[in-house]
Amino acid sequence: MVYIVIMYLWMALLLYLLLGGADFGAGIIELFTSDNNKDRTSVTMSRTIGPIWEANHMWLIIVIVILFTGFPAIYAVVSTYLHIPLLIMLLGIIARGTAFAYRHYDAVDDEMQVLYNKIFRYSSFVTPFFLGIIAASAVSGTINPKATHFMDAYIFSWLHLFSIAVGLFTISICGYLAAIFLIGETETETERRRYITKARSMNLAAAITGALVFLAAALDHVPLAKWLFGNVVGITAITAAIISLIIQWQLIRMGKKIVIRFLAGFQITMILLATTFFHYPRIILLSGEKYLSLMEHHGDDKAIQSLAFALLIGSLFILPALFYLIYSFQKKEPEEA
Amino acid sequence: MNDFIAARSQMALSLAFHIVFSCIGMVMPFFMAVSHYYYLRTNKIIFRNITRAWSKGVAIFFATGAVSGTVLSFELGLLWPGFMEHAGPIFGLPFSLEGTAFFIEAIALGFFLYGWGRFNKWFHWFTGVIVGVSGLISGILVVAANAWMNSPAGFEYKDGKYFNIDPVKAMFNDAWFSQSLHMCIAAFAATGFAVAGVHAWMVVRRMNVDFHTKAFRIAAIFACTAAILQPISGDHSAKDVAHRQPAKLAAMEALFQTGTRVPLLIGGIPDAKSQTVPYGVEIPGMLSFMISGSTATEVKGLDQFPPADQPPVLITHIAFQVMVGLGMVMLVVSILYFIVLWRKWNFEKNRWLLKLFAFITPLGFLAVEAGWTVTEVGRQPWILKGILRTKDAVTPMPGIQYTFYLFTAVYLSLSLVVILLLYRQIKMVPFKYDIPELAGRN
Repeated sequence: MVYIVIMYLWMALLLYLLLGGADFGAGIIELFTSDNNKDRTSVTMSRTIGPIWEANHMWLIIVIVILFTGFPAIYAVVSTYLHIPLLIMLLGIIARGTAFAYRHYDAVDDEMQVLYNKIFRYSSFVTPFFLGIIAASAVSGTINPKATHFMDAYIFSWLHLFSIAVGLFTISICGYLAAIFLIGETETETERRRYITKARSMNLAAAITGALVFLAAALDHVPLAKWLFGNVVGITAITAAIISLIIQWQLIRMGKKIVIRFLAGFQITMILLATTFFHYPRIILLSGEKYLSLMEHHGDDKAIQSLAFALLIGSLFILPALFYLIYSFQKKEPEEA
Repeated sequence: MNDFIAARSQMALSLAFHIVFSCIGMVMPFFMAVSHYYYLRTNKIIFRNITRAWSKGVAIFFATGAVSGTVLSFELGLLWPGFMEHAGPIFGLPFSLEGTAFFIEAIALGFFLYGWGRFNKWFHWFTGVIVGVSGLISGILVVAANAWMNSPAGFEYKDGKYFNIDPVKAMFNDAWFSQSLHMCIAAFAATGFAVAGVHAWMVVRRMNVDFHTKAFRIAAIFACTAAILQPISGDHSAKDVAHRQPAKLAAMEALFQTGTRVPLLIGGIPDAKSQTVPYGVEIPGMLSFMISGSTATEVKGLDQFPPADQPPVLITHIAFQVMVGLGMVMLVVSILYFIVLWRKWNFEKNRWLLKLFAFITPLGFLAVEAGWTVTEVGRQPWILKGILRTKDAVTPMPGIQYTFYLFTAVYLSLSLVVILLLYRQIKMVPFKYDIPELAGRN
């Protein structure tokens, strides 16, 4: 039963990264859009992301509920020592969600739009950045429940080169996902080319920040290379991710719009797989060789069992409905029309 | 401000902020379903316009409620990790089900808000109904989780260890029904009177009279029905609390001494030092009678509990009196409304009624806040009644007063923006919503 719950935890995290990530990425892209085009970008966004953004962000809630129901020790430790990055991530979520809805639904179109837009675009950076920081801090051995000093316990638990680099990498990934998604939502060739350029920039950003991640890992004594490349699954996953990336660019050149988003999703899935596989089930590596394991530190078996049932039955309702929602509001591939 | 009080204040503020949007999300979809139904049945464009105007407001409130709900799910751990590491597995079931219900609600809302003219019209209408139903269900589930904190069930406790966990028993604890019932009715009353009040005011000002009158009538019928049912539910809840959480009842009633033939106290400002309650009006024997039908019934006072286990009397009692008082006002207004309906009196000739509704616009929400204050402060010093004290559950991280100030600033800003947006929505009714020419356009 605990395996079902763990699988849902991983999938919910992945779906949040993909769907919520694309959502944030769209805001990131808007920030890098020239002023003439900003309005058109936000109209495309409202149309495409409007119906689905609230549902996209639910995956984070699912992650949290699975953690506190199934793995309360892990939830408690993370909530205590990563309080500050979680708090900032939360502020980003609040700002972004409300700014997005308010700019679309304000009955009056005036200078308030400038405020909404600014808040939306800048806050779209914050959550992916701190999501990356939190993910990196979980495994970098910097969380120290025995720390006595405030800085050691609550600041250096998350503030270091490796986590900052991962935060930047996460921003790039989100921007990339959004660009790929928006390529498929464009109506004109000029639009499409604009988003291709953005995808290219985000791809470059991801490559650079990805390199920074490895550099920072080396500086911070995080054995990242060993984790990713020291096992068959890691090597295969990274290779698959790279191949998927190459195919995506081929298909973009060929004018494909929709299948590329599935490939991009696959690519990110492979990256997440590679980064989480090695130390599974020890998802929290504390300082001093200690750890919290999904298998050793899970909640009561009865709780796991009822959680598993709730998740299974819930998905029976949610997944078809969610697919139908996303499908209903997508542009269809012109070749399929 | 010490960190513990800051943590409690931050949680209380977050809950107080979120509950407003939750109520609206639980109830307004039903108002919209009614006007939408009238439109589909009668083809009168005014009903479609009302539905669309309401749905814009709902979208704004829903987005705010969604992010404030996210805040709460984080704050459970950020502020109370000492509680969550034990309670999480035990009361996680209602939360996971609530996650499902809310997810469905978010999906249905996507269909409803963006689906005008894109789907079969009855399917589209039905998605609106689903928003309401799943909203209500998720509200009930969250309240069931809170009820568990008041009425622990589904586990055994010894020496700091929680075992023999039964998540289903935990969810269906002794308090879940009375709390959920009272909250659902409260949501209808609060949202109903708020919406009715706004529309009533616009009618009084003679703006888009037909539009606002029709909208008013839909909201008012829900509000007034709820306000009449609520005292019955309240009575049931109070009897239940007298039995399960006598300390809470004693605080609510500012009852310092145990006794029989205990009077019902109306008003009064309790003074813990002298153990008296000046400035109140007493109805002899009434509290004993209300609790179990006989004035001879003994009611436990605060003297039954060691001082360390007593809830704060002043806040609990005042909040309770405020809630009941506001409830009585809403009850009277509701009765008047039904009389006006029954007599088929004309609203134009009875503008006093509309002015009355406009005047009591925020009362339902104030009552909701007061009621939650009663139940949460009345449970102190426990976070899990009788088992875990709130002060033992709080995060060890220092500096919580700063996060409290931060969130206060955030909620204040959001509140101001939401009020501005609502004001603008209402102002734009004649330009964007109440336009007959909108017929035939999406």
